[in-house]
Amino acid sequence: MASGYSGKEEDGLRSGAPGGPGGGEEVRSRKPDNTAFKQQRLPAWQPVLTAGTVLPAFFAIGCLFIPIGIGLYVTSNNIKEFEIDYTGDDVLSPCFNCSQSYSWNSTCTCAVSFSLDQSFESEVYMYYGLSNFYQNHRRYVKSRDDRQLNGDISSLRNPSKECEPYQRNENMPIAPCGAIANSMFNDTLELYYVLSNGSLAAISLTKTGIAWWTDKHVKFRNPGGNNSNLQAAFRDTTKPVNWRKPVYELDTDPDNNGFINEDFIVWMRTAALPTFRKLYRIIHKNGVTTTLPQGNYILNITYNYPVRSFEGRKRVILSTISWMGGKNPFLGIAYITVGTVCFFLGVVLLIINHKFGNRSNSADIPS
Amino acid sequence: MTIPKDIPEKWFPIVLPLKRKKQEGLNADKERRERTEEERRVRANDREYNEKFQYANNCIMTSKYNIITFLPVNLFEQFQEVANTYFLFLLILQLIPQISSLSWFTTIVPLVLVLSITAVKDATDDYFRHKSDNQVNNRQSQVLIHGILQKEKWMNVRVGDIIKLENNQFVAADLLLLSSSEPHGLCYIETAELDGETNMKVRQSLSVTSELGDPNNLAQFDGEVICEPPNNKLDRFCGTLYWRESKYSLSNQNMLLRGCVLRNTESCYGLVIFAGPDTKLMQNSGRTKFKRTSIDRLMNTLVLWIFGFLVCMGVILAIGNAVWEKEVGSLFQSYLPWDPPVDNFLFSAFLAFWSYVIILNTVVPISLYVSVEVIRLGHSYFINWDRRMYCQRRNTPAEARTTTLNEELGQVEYIFSDKTGTLTQNIMTFNKCSINGHAYGEVIDTLGAQPKRGQPLDFSFNPLADPDFCFYDQSLLDSVKLGEPLVHQFFRLLSLCHTVMSEEKSEGELVYKAQSPDEGALVTAARNFGFVFRSRTPSTVTVQELGRPVTYTLLAILDFNNIRKRMSVIVRNPEGKIRLYCKGADTLLFERLHPCNQDLMNVTSDHLNEYAGDGLRTLALAYRDLSEQQWEDWAELLRSAERATDFREDRLAAVYEEIEQDMMLLGATAIEDKLQEGVPETIAILSLANIKIWVLTGDKQETAVNIGYSCKMLTDDMTEVFHISGHTVQSVREDLRRARERMMESARSRDGGKEEGMEGWGEGCSLGNGFGVGGVGGGADWQPQREEKQQGSVPPPGPPSTLLDSIAGEYALVISGHSLAHALEADMEQEFLDTACACKAVICCRVTPLQKALVVELVKKHKKAVTLAIGDGANDVSMIKSAHIGVGISGQEGIQAVLASDYSFSQFRFLQRLLLVHGRWSYLRMCRFLCYFFYKNFAFTMVHFWFGFFCGFSAQTVYDQYFITLYNIVYTSLPVLAMGIFDQDVPEQRSLEYPKLYEPGQLNLLFNKREFFICIAQGIYTSVVLFFVPYGVLSQASRNDGIPLADYQTFAVTVATSLVIVVSVQIALDTGYWTAINHFFVWGSLGAYFTILFAMHSNILFSIFPNQFCFAGSAQNTLGQPVVWLTIALATVVCIVPVLAFRFLKLDLKPQLSDTVRYTQLVRQKKRKPGGRGGRGASGGVGGLGGGALGRLGRAGSRRSGYAFAHQEGFGELITSGKNMRLSSLALATFASRHSASWIDTLRKKKQQAAQPGGESSPAAAPAAPLSTSSSLLGPQEATAEEAAHTPLGPACSNAVTPTLARSPGGDSIGGWAVNLGAVQEALFGWRGVGARISGASSPGPPPIAEESSLTE
Repeated sequence: MASGYSGKEEDGLRSGAPGGPGGGEEVRSRKPDNTAFKQQRLPAWQPVLTAGTVLPAFFAIGCLFIPIGIGLYVTSNNIKEFEIDYTGDDVLSPCFNCSQSYSWNSTCTCAVSFSLDQSFESEVYMYYGLSNFYQNHRRYVKSRDDRQLNGDISSLRNPSKECEPYQRNENMPIAPCGAIANSMFNDTLELYYVLSNGSLAAISLTKTGIAWWTDKHVKFRNPGGNNSNLQAAFRDTTKPVNWRKPVYELDTDPDNNGFINEDFIVWMRTAALPTFRKLYRIIHKNGVTTTLPQGNYILNITYNYPVRSFEGRKRVILSTISWMGGKNPFLGIAYITVGTVCFFLGVVLLIINHKFGNRSNSADIPS
Repeated sequence: MTIPKDIPEKWFPIVLPLKRKKQEGLNADKERRERTEEERRVRANDREYNEKFQYANNCIMTSKYNIITFLPVNLFEQFQEVANTYFLFLLILQLIPQISSLSWFTTIVPLVLVLSITAVKDATDDYFRHKSDNQVNNRQSQVLIHGILQKEKWMNVRVGDIIKLENNQFVAADLLLLSSSEPHGLCYIETAELDGETNMKVRQSLSVTSELGDPNNLAQFDGEVICEPPNNKLDRFCGTLYWRESKYSLSNQNMLLRGCVLRNTESCYGLVIFAGPDTKLMQNSGRTKFKRTSIDRLMNTLVLWIFGFLVCMGVILAIGNAVWEKEVGSLFQSYLPWDPPVDNFLFSAFLAFWSYVIILNTVVPISLYVSVEVIRLGHSYFINWDRRMYCQRRNTPAEARTTTLNEELGQVEYIFSDKTGTLTQNIMTFNKCSINGHAYGEVIDTLGAQPKRGQPLDFSFNPLADPDFCFYDQSLLDSVKLGEPLVHQFFRLLSLCHTVMSEEKSEGELVYKAQSPDEGALVTAARNFGFVFRSRTPSTVTVQELGRPVTYTLLAILDFNNIRKRMSVIVRNPEGKIRLYCKGADTLLFERLHPCNQDLMNVTSDHLNEYAGDGLRTLALAYRDLSEQQWEDWAELLRSAERATDFREDRLAAVYEEIEQDMMLLGATAIEDKLQEGVPETIAILSLANIKIWVLTGDKQETAVNIGYSCKMLTDDMTEVFHISGHTVQSVREDLRRARERMMESARSRDGGKEEGMEGWGEGCSLGNGFGVGGVGGGADWQPQREEKQQGSVPPPGPPSTLLDSIAGEYALVISGHSLAHALEADMEQEFLDTACACKAVICCRVTPLQKALVVELVKKHKKAVTLAIGDGANDVSMIKSAHIGVGISGQEGIQAVLASDYSFSQFRFLQRLLLVHGRWSYLRMCRFLCYFFYKNFAFTMVHFWFGFFCGFSAQTVYDQYFITLYNIVYTSLPVLAMGIFDQDVPEQRSLEYPKLYEPGQLNLLFNKREFFICIAQGIYTSVVLFFVPYGVLSQASRNDGIPLADYQTFAVTVATSLVIVVSVQIALDTGYWTAINHFFVWGSLGAYFTILFAMHSNILFSIFPNQFCFAGSAQNTLGQPVVWLTIALATVVCIVPVLAFRFLKLDLKPQLSDTVRYTQLVRQKKRKPGGRGGRGASGGVGGLGGGALGRLGRAGSRRSGYAFAHQEGFGELITSGKNMRLSSLALATFASRHSASWIDTLRKKKQQAAQPGGESSPAAAPAAPLSTSSSLLGPQEATAEEAAHTPLGPACSNAVTPTLARSPGGDSIGGWAVNLGAVQEALFGWRGVGARISGASSPGPPPIAEESSLTE
């Protein structure tokens, strides 16, 4: 018998045992590095929820939100908004007759008169609103071809499959294709001010500047560039099924025609919710006079767009605008509510903390 | 030493089970081999013959792939995972245009990402396996080919080859030992790699082959072996050798298995029987059981629930779709006709169902599984990197061998520990002794409080002294020097009465080879005190007595066995006097003393009690003078007994008994079975953490109980320690019953006669220890219960658990293996478990490895608690494998346990860090991660559900599809990963200081079904807010240029931005430990979101892919609007404020201990004077547990003597037969009085030449001598170098265990002590204090204002 003193030696050295640090050879230390990262000693901020931090936060939120809320509410209340429903459900309403037709191609006009109690001072925005119209339906949303709308020739000739069933009509590619384009809102609205002598003064409605700049200048482009002949560009395509005139006849202004027609662009920006409004026209302030003075108006409608089939409603909205946009009472009220709740929560928590709080401020674990 | 250092680790290249399927390659390989082989025929030196059978060659292949097969095989494997297949299914669904509600890439991008991450990981693993395979396969071995020894790579070794092994080499394959350089064809191997046992084993070749000797003869050897096919039984081999027309049966005794190391044998030859994958080592390696954590299981359940939820949502929305299509959609067809295949609303609803399944699938994102794996991997690395779990001495860092169990470390309730090598170092040191009624070894310093070790004695007078031996009592040395006869007699006995073998490699370099370390310690003690055991022959023992060599004639060895519990030798000294020396267990020895010893016996007995009280292992020593006549008579008896054929053992015992009478007591020795560093402290802290520790040991009851006392599992303060050692079912049952009744009685009397039936009691047991499943008694309820558990004396207000709780803490159970076998039977196991669980400490002794596993299984089955098994030896493997978590102590007894384990480190005390720090953090992080993860995905996904009601249930998504794709993998993945990896609620030293912090994990409080529902509810609430706030605001609003905001894209961007901000704020709230990385990830994610958002919505991308990036301009148009930002702010506040209020209330009214600790931490930081104090490293608290508090308790205990021998029979017979003596040493012994080294060398050469006349052998043998000399020379050098390296590190190493004294204002040492106690008590009663602070004024000591080692400096 040789070597070794006991089965398990005093200090784990087994003379000659491989693995043991023997042999006089230098053994690389396997000691882990002493870095803050490896030893989990990274300097760190360790926030603790204390009464000193949480309660002030609540009060701060309260103090911040309530004034903002009041501000929003006041601003929102100062905005004038007027809304007319011209669906024509009611037998008595002027558009009843027009609404009875389910067809896209009936040309029916009706005139709705209304009066404004207050004058609209600054610029007025005219919207049309639709209800129960599911522009956010998945199949509807995807039924378009952005490449085509961006003026791509190949897509113009051969629209995307997504456009089905409005991809082709009578073997001609539809431009613009898809269900969205096909269902474009095509009522025409004209606004007249009833002068004191009973005659009507047409109010000029601006039809540009109603779409996103990026939409107008980036997303939508006519095929073959801007200056070319639109009709030629849209050669060999056909208009959408429901349309009366092809896309290149939407407007006479070449900068507002074809795919870059702003009414079209506005329609193509689908709404998030089934009840929505879309900007139709802008009534610019001209000179020093008020934009829409107090008084009676007549809204002339070319009633083309059938909504009764799906129990939809159509509205026209006139509204002014503030720095924060249109009338929006919800935001102000919500801010006030949340601010108040936070404030009260702060108070309640303060009381609870004061009365029942279990934490001492000493540095010891209470025993 | 030709063998690389790192072989033990690299030996199993496979076993780092990062991935569950790791072993499959190996198994497949095995299956291939196993198909036909029924017996194996191997003919030596005949490769052609053996090739017929196509046995596996010695090349091992643990890798799974090669370059070509990697992709298909890996993909195939990955798609076997349910999750991956599920996502593949979704992908296919998405390709159907009518269903596809999302583009295909929303699924394929994450899927590909996940698959490729896994593939990269698999590839890396496999690469390392290739590498280590190569390393192993390319090792050199010497193969006998055509009669010449040739160097061959291991992988080229074939079955039937004869290979030569040299000392300290690994055995390359399973070999049949043919011949060896040692006499009788013996050879010694160490099987540590294989079965974990470090004691050497003897293997012997068949005598016919051992004569072959040299290569020339061996080359002619053409025997044929017919044996069993490859199997994994390490201890069995069955075969036959046919050679020269005769049959020789072969057994395991003839085999050298791959993985063993040849020791103490210059060389040997072996015939390869099994190679490569057929070796027993490899056959044993493929059985890694995949363990899952309870969180895993919970997660799987929850995922199933979520799928159920998903289906419900899908059904609801599909019904909605049907109704809508019927009521509205059909009318709406002029604008939006149905898709061609859809002709009615029912079909549409069916499609809508699948569409919604697709868009709602993000509630269980694929990234969940990957993130969990990543987090666990991170935690594993932290374990590997922990310097405080690194052992300088062994150069071993802790290692997380499994990366899937980390969070379970934070939930452990039961620890099953091995004793030897785990709790103890298995190092015996001669600590004290009592000689003739005089006690030596007690050194008490002037303060009297702690036995301070002074300078160790200087043994320089003795050239043969062992430099490692330490003794501190000068008086003993003085007595020796003064020549007190009894002291001399005492040490003479120690130097004679043993079975130790010695080897003197060079002059004065004595090395003892003892069968048990106790004997080694005793003989070494004698050696240092001047009675040097020098050498032995079968019939003599040579001792250098104070420099004077004396040779005693060894007349008889009356060997040790378990029943006798003593051993004796009968020697004749040079003067011719015959004397019997006996050492043994005091109880047995005292009965056999001469009556005149009564007084001495009493004194010695007191000393023994004292030693036993300190947990030392004691032996009593006695001698008896024999007359020639007595010896002759007895020798005759002995001879006749030895000749007896039947009942030889019994007869021998009777004969031995006869002579061992009328002995004279010499004294007693006390050997310290050295505990591992920090064991008592660790056990104390772990039990404060409410972890129950059971010791399962193969040792004898006495030893086990001794250790129980010395590591303070058992104390004399305990009301009762139940010993159950019945051998019959009936007696065990009775014992258990009695134990329970005793506990019940005292509990009842304490409770003032509360009547409680057995059943109720049992319930209490499980209630108290089981999980608080599903919030049963969660929150408010468990807290008081826990308090009471700690406060046994507080009159409890009545839940049934109190009975148990008042029992706990005062009883201990010691059960022996026999009884355990009965207790584990089906009808008694419940009873046993109930009893055992009521005890504070449980010690099972004499248990077999299988029983260890059974006990673990029992607790696992009935307790629903997480179990951890820790051990170091092969006998612990079964338990390590069956426990939830297996921990292997590395570097002690081979690596078998380590290989089977999930975690390994080299010191038991690291366990506290593993559990209380790493485990706790892992659990906390994983829980927080899961909570947040489910929350964020519900918040994200449920928005679609609400939107469904507004978009005609058409499965229109709310968000941009790129957002959906990237949300989980880019926008929100990294902050939560950072939290999951880096979060800390309290610093590490606090979690050691307040072990109670560990309890939430055991009770499963941080993530359970209740918490899950809270997260889900929060997520759904958030989704409601995220949808309806923008809905409320935007539906009416218009921009400041009049354009309405309620278009789909604006809405999508608003909701998505709000979502990202809300979940970022939420992660900010959840993160408790904001490192730079967290900051970077949180802010980075937000930044990435906006960057990507603008990039995706940019004009450039649109102009390239108009159809893919149709959101062009949305970002700038939306985010430029103040209203949108107001909306986002509103949504964020509405989402966060309730959470904040709720959390604050919870913290304020019902703070958890961790909250309190964290809070006090903050307060302390604030209070700390800047720059005022030094001594940063000091940490407060538990130190009191160490040192003094644990030092000297329980002096007055019952006697716990243990006979300090191993269980096996001794080497006595081998010695007297001379079988294991080398010729050289035999020869040496006769000339032992002369010390001419050169003379010895010449003699040795002569002898060797005489023994091995072959020309080849003498060069083979000659190098062996210098080889061993050099290694023995190296020994002490290494030792000192190691020592030196260790000393400066000692404090750093032990820092975790014994934090230095807490600082108290003006505290002297005693004051400091009190403070420490206070801190411990504080930790003990922390809960009570937190729960009912009103009574908190009566703190037992001055509050410990402990210094923190600042984390935030």
